[in-house]
Amino acid sequence: MQENELAANAANNEFVAFRVGAQEFCIDIMCVREIRGWTPATPLPHAPAYVRGVINLRGAVLPIVDLAMRFGLGLTEPTPRSVIIVVHIHQQIVGLLVDAVSDILTSSEASMQPTPDIASDMAKTFVKGVYAVDGRMISIVTLDSVLPISAKAAA
Amino acid sequence: MAAIRQTFFQECEEQLSEMEIGLLAMDEGSTDSETVNAVFRAVHSIKGGAGAFKLTQLVQFAHTFETALDFVRSGKLTPTPEMMKIMLRAADVLADLVEASRDGREINETSYETVAADIKSLTLVNGEEEVEEPIDFQPTVIDFGLPEISIEPASEEAGASSHEYRINFTPRPELYANANETALVLRELNRLGVMEAACDVSALPNLENIDSNGAYFSWSIRLTSERDIAEVREVFEFVEGEADLSIESDGQPEVSDADIAALLAMALGSSPAAEPMVTSESPADTHEPETAAAAAPASAEAPSALTPVGEAPKPDAKAAAIPSQTTIRVEFDRVDRLINLVGELVINQAMLSQRVIEANFAGSSSVVIGLEELEQLTREIQESVMAIRAQPVKPLFQRMSRIVREVADATGKEVRLKTDGEATEVDKTVVERLAEPLTHMIRNAVDHGIESPEARLAAGKPAEGVVRLTAAHRSGRIVIEISDDGAGINRHKVRASAVKKGLIAADAQLSDSDIDNLLFLPGFSTASTISNISGRGVGMDVVKRSIQALGGRISISSRPGQGSTFSMSLPLTLAVLDGMAVSVAGQTLVVPLTAIVETLKPKSADIHALGAEGRVMAIRDTFVPLIDVGTQLGFRDTATQPESSVAILVETGGGARNALLVDSIQDQRQVVIKSLEANYGTVAGIAAATILGDGRVALILDVDALVAGSFEESLSGELRYGTGG
Repeated sequence: MQENELAANAANNEFVAFRVGAQEFCIDIMCVREIRGWTPATPLPHAPAYVRGVINLRGAVLPIVDLAMRFGLGLTEPTPRSVIIVVHIHQQIVGLLVDAVSDILTSSEASMQPTPDIASDMAKTFVKGVYAVDGRMISIVTLDSVLPISAKAAA
Repeated sequence: MAAIRQTFFQECEEQLSEMEIGLLAMDEGSTDSETVNAVFRAVHSIKGGAGAFKLTQLVQFAHTFETALDFVRSGKLTPTPEMMKIMLRAADVLADLVEASRDGREINETSYETVAADIKSLTLVNGEEEVEEPIDFQPTVIDFGLPEISIEPASEEAGASSHEYRINFTPRPELYANANETALVLRELNRLGVMEAACDVSALPNLENIDSNGAYFSWSIRLTSERDIAEVREVFEFVEGEADLSIESDGQPEVSDADIAALLAMALGSSPAAEPMVTSESPADTHEPETAAAAAPASAEAPSALTPVGEAPKPDAKAAAIPSQTTIRVEFDRVDRLINLVGELVINQAMLSQRVIEANFAGSSSVVIGLEELEQLTREIQESVMAIRAQPVKPLFQRMSRIVREVADATGKEVRLKTDGEATEVDKTVVERLAEPLTHMIRNAVDHGIESPEARLAAGKPAEGVVRLTAAHRSGRIVIEISDDGAGINRHKVRASAVKKGLIAADAQLSDSDIDNLLFLPGFSTASTISNISGRGVGMDVVKRSIQALGGRISISSRPGQGSTFSMSLPLTLAVLDGMAVSVAGQTLVVPLTAIVETLKPKSADIHALGAEGRVMAIRDTFVPLIDVGTQLGFRDTATQPESSVAILVETGGGARNALLVDSIQDQRQVVIKSLEANYGTVAGIAAATILGDGRVALILDVDALVAGSFEESLSGELRYGTGG
């Protein structure tokens, strides 16, 4: 879905940039539904470590994915200042736990660079390109495989 | 147009259901004119509507059927059991045709030509066919308080490629007010073919009474054209809504604005001979929906019952404007949304209550009193909203009578379906999800339960078997029973089959009901030859699973020679659940109340180790597997001490008993069920989620899955407690 949107609006895309650990990432703003503060989540039995549990989003049960843990960067220690980015992934709504939201970027397809070829599973699975912005490198995240496979298949 | 079409098919469903009820009543022997008329009218209305939409296949069949029914109505035919069989089959075909028309499919005529021929043969009196009524829309007069419109029957002389249209065109004052001109419309029409137009000036008042802004002329036009009706209609595009218009093509009326009212009136069952009785009698219907078999349309008919078929139905525009039923159609989504919102309200109210308690207001303070009132109100709103979605099981039960007929025909058995408690209401989602398991069990009952007519006669029973389908409310749940008066379960055969399949040991000690419950084991079948309909046992495990998925349970009882009974107990709704809130490892979990048998405070002496990790708990001389919920769900690594915990004795849908070990019990409450699947997926051992008063999410345990996960669902366990429920 994200790919299509990117292709369709190749000219000017807006991205929400955020920090996970010391790295910067961004996602298409069209996928973002809202940004909210951290509230303690109810853990789910037998869930992968990066699924922090579920919270109540105005009556809907929202799973929270710890992006740092998902990217293999270690468990996030949530503080009241941690941020949950609520995103659409296909038909589902998921909360992404990140350290902070840093920026809104306007960028074009043309300035996207391919993911540098490094032997990182995280990079291969979740990063589909990078932007160079003011000397920073911001990885563009693809959300398709953020949720556990089994959970997606069941849904 | 699409919307009207949709309405027509919706109304068709009601008509079909009326028809079926009436036919079944006739089959039972009530051949009074009210019942027959109800059936006749239902078929007639379907035909009328179908004619308007040019559904030829449907019109033709309905017409044949209607003719036969008219013979019964006029006393030329007296229904016999054989005849009723034909009629019921014809009803099935009609339902198929309606469905096919709705989906825009054509049904292969060979699939029902026997039925069509049978039904036609009923109308062959003394070998001669009675004069057929022409299949066309009947002359209709509608009084809108506006100039009269008449749709005259078309002459049958139209050429093959050219159509003859009869158009009645009555401009309303708005047409002139919007600066449209009839002359231009007529000129445009003239371009399409050969036109004859006659202007009706009879509505023109005396000169002194004339209103210069009024509209007094109407035209009746005869147009012979090769264009199709859509093109003719297009001419009037600009004056649509500003004139009364009817276009009739080769005797087939096109739906005009005026016809729509007539059509709706017909479909509502209030049309033929719409005497004032329609409106005066109908309120009674709403009070007694269970007597709908005779009530709704029949009441409208009574004195004018014997209207000959050829006579024009005269839909009364006023009757159409005020629907005789005091119901409204609402999209399911809207109700769903309302239910969700009320769920939110309940949660919010609980949150508010909790905040007030935390704020330490005095119990008599106005805040607390006001909140209590709010609480009561919320509960009432919730109950009323849930009631919107409740619907009687009647349509579901009706579908089953067709299944019985089909299976009985296929197996050469004589079976009658008797139903009871059709007015029992249950949530729509439950009704929908019951259809499949019920169909399966009804098939089984006919295919395997009921013996062949010869065998029944030999056993001293009437040749015709009875399958009984009943519904009733019992302590906040709905209980549905399917029983047959067949031979009962052949326990010897069931047992032998289970042994052969290695499901039980050859020397296993099993009670009769243990053996009956073998039918629910996966992969079990007693059918020596697998029939094309079903095999009892094949799929009964699936039936059981779908009932359990609905939060229900199923049990079976059987007496040799007297038949079997399957009994299901189901929740009334899938949206809320009565649960017990418990604490486990710092988390709040909800255990569905329906699964709970009792709660106990375990003593260490009651707990016994079994094997490396297994623990059982002694409860009154039986040993029940103990499940530590905290470790089972992975919330902690080490098992808790039973002495410092609470045990909840639960019973699964299969009847197996287990003790769940939790830290403490908080309270009992009604919770609004929230889906985990929507945004995440299924979680083993968890049925769904809910939102607590403090806004946090709590998980609802899936007791059956939890038990199955901790404890290989062995046959011994299943059987030992299988009779418990």
